[in-house]
Amino acid sequence: MSDVKKFMYLNRRAPYGTIYAWESLEVILIGAAFDQEVSLMCMDDGVYQLVKGSDTSQSDMKNFMPTYRTLGDYGVRHMYVDKASLEARGLTQDDLIEVAWEDFETEEEVDNIVEIVDADQVAKLMAESEVVFS
Amino acid sequence: MADLHTVNKSPFEKNSLETAIRYSMAGSSILLLEDGVYGATKGTAMEGMVKDAMGDKKVYALRSDLMARAIKEDRVIDGVEIVDYAGFVDLVEANDKVQAWL
Amino acid sequence: MPIEVDGKTFETDEEGYLANINEWVPGVAGVMAAEDELELTDEHWDIINFLREYYEEYQIAPAVRVLTKAVGKKLGKDKGNSKYLYGLFPYGPGKQACRYAGLPKPTGCV
Repeated sequence: MSDVKKFMYLNRRAPYGTIYAWESLEVILIGAAFDQEVSLMCMDDGVYQLVKGSDTSQSDMKNFMPTYRTLGDYGVRHMYVDKASLEARGLTQDDLIEVAWEDFETEEEVDNIVEIVDADQVAKLMAESEVVFS
Repeated sequence: MADLHTVNKSPFEKNSLETAIRYSMAGSSILLLEDGVYGATKGTAMEGMVKDAMGDKKVYALRSDLMARAIKEDRVIDGVEIVDYAGFVDLVEANDKVQAWL
Repeated sequence: MPIEVDGKTFETDEEGYLANINEWVPGVAGVMAAEDELELTDEHWDIINFLREYYEEYQIAPAVRVLTKAVGKKLGKDKGNSKYLYGLFPYGPGKQACRYAGLPKPTGCV
């Protein structure tokens, strides 16, 4: 595996109002088969994708928000959240889901790969990625 | 004479809510639904605008859309009335017409 | 093609997956397995029940790679490998076991 690339999925849309968030999630799940170094960047309304406690029992929609918690199992190594976007929406890390990650070969474990980053870090992380999907 | 204005877009992504507030008459009702309900949350950059609007307009938010977006009742701005679908229908009946801000 | 379990009819899609996951009863797995000429053992049920729990929690049928890892973690390393899982479900642990469990086809399966 000499050709491991750094992939970043950039999510900027709220989860339910449009189809974008769900389609992006499907692409990540399918793309996970290709053994790349994958991270997710949530900014703008994309931060709403990681808010915990969604209840669609009174809506005619599939609740796909629990699926974000499996992304660690699907090889996503980092889930970044833009600090300014979070703050503009009155949210903190406590409002967000926790996603565990584990390397089954080395048994290296990370309890939570959801990480809040500031604007400078966002720019740096995107610049370091070889492919950015949006 | 009063109208119901519906807003179904996130106030952070589109200016539908801002425009609805600006161009609705005093005494109007504004119903937030779908991604529009994000405008009903406390502590956001939009809270001030919504609170100002509530000076002479009534703001509502649809319960099922709040629930789907994990916005608990205690996170909804005080004074915003939460309605279910039946309440939505009541609002449509109580107003002269419905104007949708998409 | 719909399948019949204990006198009740269950709709399926063109690939044989249950149309409505909420209708599932254990008998569905039995009837589907019989059509594949497979007898379900406790080991099969461990995987089927695991898949249903996984779906309940995450609202997704796991890709086979993820299933293998997760089974290893939950049921022990000796079961968390594709040889063991393919031994139980020769048509592919993702597709076949998910079908028996009433789940949709796993995301990422082509």
